[in-house]
Amino acid sequence: MTVATARPAPAPTQPKVAVRGLGMTYPTPDKQVEVLRGIDLDVAPGELVCVLGPSGCGKTTLLNVIAGFLAPSEGTVRIDGEPVAGPDPRRIFVFQERGVFPWLTVEGNIGFGLWRLSETERRARVAHYVRLVGLEGFERAYPQELSGGMKQRVEVARALAVDPDVLYLDEPFGALDSITRLQMRGELLRIQERERKTVLFVTHDIDESVQLADRVVVMSARPAQVRKIVDIDMPHPRDLSSRRYIELRDGIFAEIGLAHRV
Amino acid sequence: MSEPALERLAAATPSGSPRRAIAMARPLSPAARLLLPLGAVLLALLLWQLAVTLTRTQVFPLPAEVARGFAELQRKGVLWSYAGDSLRRVGLGFGAAALLGIALGVPLGRAARLDRLVNPLIQLLRPISPLAWMPLAVIWFGLSDLAPTFLIFLAAFFPIVVATTSAVRTIPPAFFRAAGNFALPRGALLRRVLLPAILPRVLTGLRVALGIAWMVVVAAEMLGVDSGLGYLILDSRNAGKRYDLVIAGMLMIGAIGLLLDLGMRRLERLPAVRWGFQS
Repeated sequence: MTVATARPAPAPTQPKVAVRGLGMTYPTPDKQVEVLRGIDLDVAPGELVCVLGPSGCGKTTLLNVIAGFLAPSEGTVRIDGEPVAGPDPRRIFVFQERGVFPWLTVEGNIGFGLWRLSETERRARVAHYVRLVGLEGFERAYPQELSGGMKQRVEVARALAVDPDVLYLDEPFGALDSITRLQMRGELLRIQERERKTVLFVTHDIDESVQLADRVVVMSARPAQVRKIVDIDMPHPRDLSSRRYIELRDGIFAEIGLAHRV
Repeated sequence: MSEPALERLAAATPSGSPRRAIAMARPLSPAARLLLPLGAVLLALLLWQLAVTLTRTQVFPLPAEVARGFAELQRKGVLWSYAGDSLRRVGLGFGAAALLGIALGVPLGRAARLDRLVNPLIQLLRPISPLAWMPLAVIWFGLSDLAPTFLIFLAAFFPIVVATTSAVRTIPPAFFRAAGNFALPRGALLRRVLLPAILPRVLTGLRVALGIAWMVVVAAEMLGVDSGLGYLILDSRNAGKRYDLVIAGMLMIGAIGLLLDLGMRRLERLPAVRWGFQS
């Protein structure tokens, strides 16, 4: 670990996101609920890390703390060596399509965060990201006229348009049907190839994590702790029937304690 | 069932049962949409005519007499000027209620402490009919245009405050978080997220409030004004028991109320609010 100095110079070895000893306890009327315990995690610049865990284990809480929407009870989150004090436009959180503003068109949504730019700059930036996520022809459409997958593209484009360093994705494809979900994973990888953001991706889908991630962080049940970090040492595009893919996937299945049979 | 499947199921449920979907799959033809209500009006006129002739009443006028009453009002030049006076009072009272109601409803919806402070007072005043305020309105505003305008304001104000407060409270938190993530300043948050997010439900509240305001205008114009459709009805009865003019005034109020409501419904189709009205 790089020790943070007064003026942290981003050395090549410095992690983009550094989580140390993170703990989170919620007070409820009758008891304290511990959600996260002693989490250490480094994410390198441009890395795509999946946080994998069962539903309700606290992985969304973890992402919210890292994104600055929640303050941790213990431990620290640093980005480029600086402690996170709150949400920041350099790091955008993408919801499951629910964050799309229904009163704005596709263009209006994608340009939402670009209010500092001039009209011409904004228009050029919006047009670029409309193309990148493949929504040409739908610029003037309202979200209620779009499918779930298209709304998700709008959210991703809106996030990318402000050119953030980090993207936080909280089960972004969870509400989509399985075919659209597969397509969206391909899209995400294609976009990641071009834009090279640091991505933290929360999911409860083992296959999804092995298909997308450079590394998979396997979480335990509540209070969530890091059980294991698995390197996915496969180049993209990944062959989903290759022996290595199945090996990695089954390894994670075993780690979570699931028999690979239904 | 998987989690996303459950979510989709939950999202699909409010749109109604399959039976309703089938009924909605066959919309009325434009001709039927026009002819059906027209037929009902004609039938009502026929029944009216029959009822008056059969009972041989001397008090209740025939449809044709009411039509002549309309013509008389038109000739005297009071029909449109009275309608205009009533509309002006409603416009002022309702407009002030909309401005103040939204301005109060937004902070009430945002700040739980303020809501706790003010809401009981609102709930106490809300059930009081605007008509109960008539004596006070006369003390405060005398026999001027302000007294009926104040009653109309009261009638419209509470529904607007309540609709705005609940609209603000039900804004999905994801909208605020997204706006916060893009570091939107406070003023822009209000203008670009909060107001557009509440607009559909506020519009519904405004439509209800306008309907109530227009209903109250008749009673409000009992307060010493000498113009307006409410005044027309009272005056026609008091000065010579002209029930043809009473009914002409009533029909005029009904027709204008209908047009106001149609206008408000038309606003609900604007792109900026349409999303809030889909099942």
